[in-house]
Amino acid sequence: MSILVGRETRLVVHGITGREGEFHAQQMQDYGTNIVAGVTPGKGGQRALHGTVPVFDTVAQAIHATGANTSVLYVPAAAAPDSILEAVTEGVKTVFCITEGIPALDMLRVVEVVREYGARLVGPNCPGATSPGRAKVGIIPGSIHREGSVGVVSRSGTLTYEAVQAMTDAGIGQSTCIGIGGDPIIGTNHTDVLKLFAEDPETDAIVLIGEIGGSAEEDAAAWAAEHMADVPKVAFIAGRTAPEGKRMGHAGAIISGGSGTAAAKVTALENAGFLVAETPTEIPALLRRAGVS
Amino acid sequence: MKIQEADAKQLLRAEGLPVPPWSVARSVKEAVTAAEGYLADGSGAVVIKAQVLVGGRGKAGGVKLARSRDEAETAANAILGMSIKGITVRKVLVGPAADIVKEFYLGAILDRASRRIVVMASAEGGVEIEEVAKRDPSAIHREAAHPLLGLADWQARKLAFGIGLAGPHLKSFVLIAKGLVSTMLHNDADLVEINPLAIVRERDADGNTVERVVALDAKIVLDDSGLPRHPGLEALRDLDEEDPADIEARIHDLSFIRLDGTIGCMVNGAGLAMTTMDLVKRAGGEPANFLDIGGGARADKVAAAMRLILADAKVQAILVNIFGGITRGDEVARGLIEARAIQDREVPMVVRIVGTNAEEAGALLRDARFETAATLDEAAEKAVAAARAVGGAA
Repeated sequence: MSILVGRETRLVVHGITGREGEFHAQQMQDYGTNIVAGVTPGKGGQRALHGTVPVFDTVAQAIHATGANTSVLYVPAAAAPDSILEAVTEGVKTVFCITEGIPALDMLRVVEVVREYGARLVGPNCPGATSPGRAKVGIIPGSIHREGSVGVVSRSGTLTYEAVQAMTDAGIGQSTCIGIGGDPIIGTNHTDVLKLFAEDPETDAIVLIGEIGGSAEEDAAAWAAEHMADVPKVAFIAGRTAPEGKRMGHAGAIISGGSGTAAAKVTALENAGFLVAETPTEIPALLRRAGVS
Repeated sequence: MKIQEADAKQLLRAEGLPVPPWSVARSVKEAVTAAEGYLADGSGAVVIKAQVLVGGRGKAGGVKLARSRDEAETAANAILGMSIKGITVRKVLVGPAADIVKEFYLGAILDRASRRIVVMASAEGGVEIEEVAKRDPSAIHREAAHPLLGLADWQARKLAFGIGLAGPHLKSFVLIAKGLVSTMLHNDADLVEINPLAIVRERDADGNTVERVVALDAKIVLDDSGLPRHPGLEALRDLDEEDPADIEARIHDLSFIRLDGTIGCMVNGAGLAMTTMDLVKRAGGEPANFLDIGGGARADKVAAAMRLILADAKVQAILVNIFGGITRGDEVARGLIEARAIQDREVPMVVRIVGTNAEEAGALLRDARFETAATLDEAAEKAVAAARAVGGAA
């Protein structure tokens, strides 16, 4: 099975003719992802990725001709909200938005429409998701993965790579790894992903990677305590030494008014039955201790 | 991006919100002239407020009342040039002192948990809202604006009744609360706050005493991601209060925050950058900065990042941690070699590059005789040891 991306994924790449889009589309195809279409308004009729992928002007044409069911966006911030709206309105049920720098108030409206259409948005400003051995959507390097049964959910990009690489090096494989993005307004949060993992028969353990700021990790911890009591759970929180009032890169990563601290998140996670790693490299050992073979 | 009170008031006024008049003065002379004008217009007193982007101005003595020209001069003299939380006051806002009947709090924020704009109101105005929230959460009334429809009249009314603002002021409050949300939407703000919103006593044209609701203070934080489509707002950035390093970082699109330690950090990705700082601390060191060079950084950006780190005299060792994804390790290695060739002081550096093109990066770094590390833990330990060696020798 795996979640969100897999063998059943029929991917349409928005911005496939751009520099970023073309590069990552090639990486995804090389990994084995089934890329069925690209969309670039005004370039319909061309073919991308050495002639293997048809390019369309609109998402409607792409769906009609190829049965695309998943979108990934590599379009500029000014165009991304519109692309998301086009995808979900035309019937795409899963959208990954890699684009960063989208104004938060745009996302507020977009997220509302996505919900109205019963679609799922991952991101924006996220690295995407990989189900090792099946498909990868986004920008996560394919080489860091190994097939397995641990589900990974994270707010970060490269920090996720670090954690996943450590797991792979230790011989622990992943069912699906998802980066949900570091922006204040995102389509899918930690708890949403845990719910999907809880339903996935091929996910036997969880790694949750969080950061300072907000309360998403605490909310996820509370949900997991209730619904995933018997599942091995490991977590890591970045920003233990971050000072209050300083925004650490991600728009969401800030400790303000004493809330969003790493300490509060670690406590909430530990109380919910997570083993919390002090460094990413500790994650594999903690997974073993939690019962992962 | 935070903007000054005077600029925030301008944005509120542009939405039609009631804001009493004000002037901005950059010198005692300008302040006195402005004060004389308001006093001549019949104000019994003027208020002079430091324009700085940090909170706690009042407690620091940055807000003063003056009843005469001389008092205004004394107050402006005291405030201009004073230091508030390390920021030198370069300008003051001068305005007629309000005859306050009652103060309230009104604010709109982007609430990420509920993915809504939440409007908050409290009858406890003029004090820090965080304090009120801690002491008595029930004293704060909240309404979530619909993302597509905004704040409805009934919601604004509910807030007004909640804070006991009924009767003749209900209508103006509803307009102000809705105006707060439209200010947010029109300017891509993360936060718009009026504290205090006040019922004030004024004289109308006929000399009768009237009461009205006005914004006596204003605080607005803009969403950096929204700035590209509001070129006018970019002009409100207060370069006076910005550290030269921050300006440099912004030009090169680097996410940089200076801290107090001795180990400079250069990392790609915010989460990994924070983790690197945490590991430096765990190894017994103190990070000198947070620095995320972002995805896909090229050699020139790496060189700029290195200049930023080295500009901090406290830095005694540098830790470079790159997990290549979109970022190519060899590009980073080239940037490091380039930067070291022209840097004006020798600082020990530990480099760890993994992921995309890590092998090519390793070869380049070996040839250039850089100290390298295989894991992040090892890199942190080596950097801390190197800083100790430098610190001990000094």
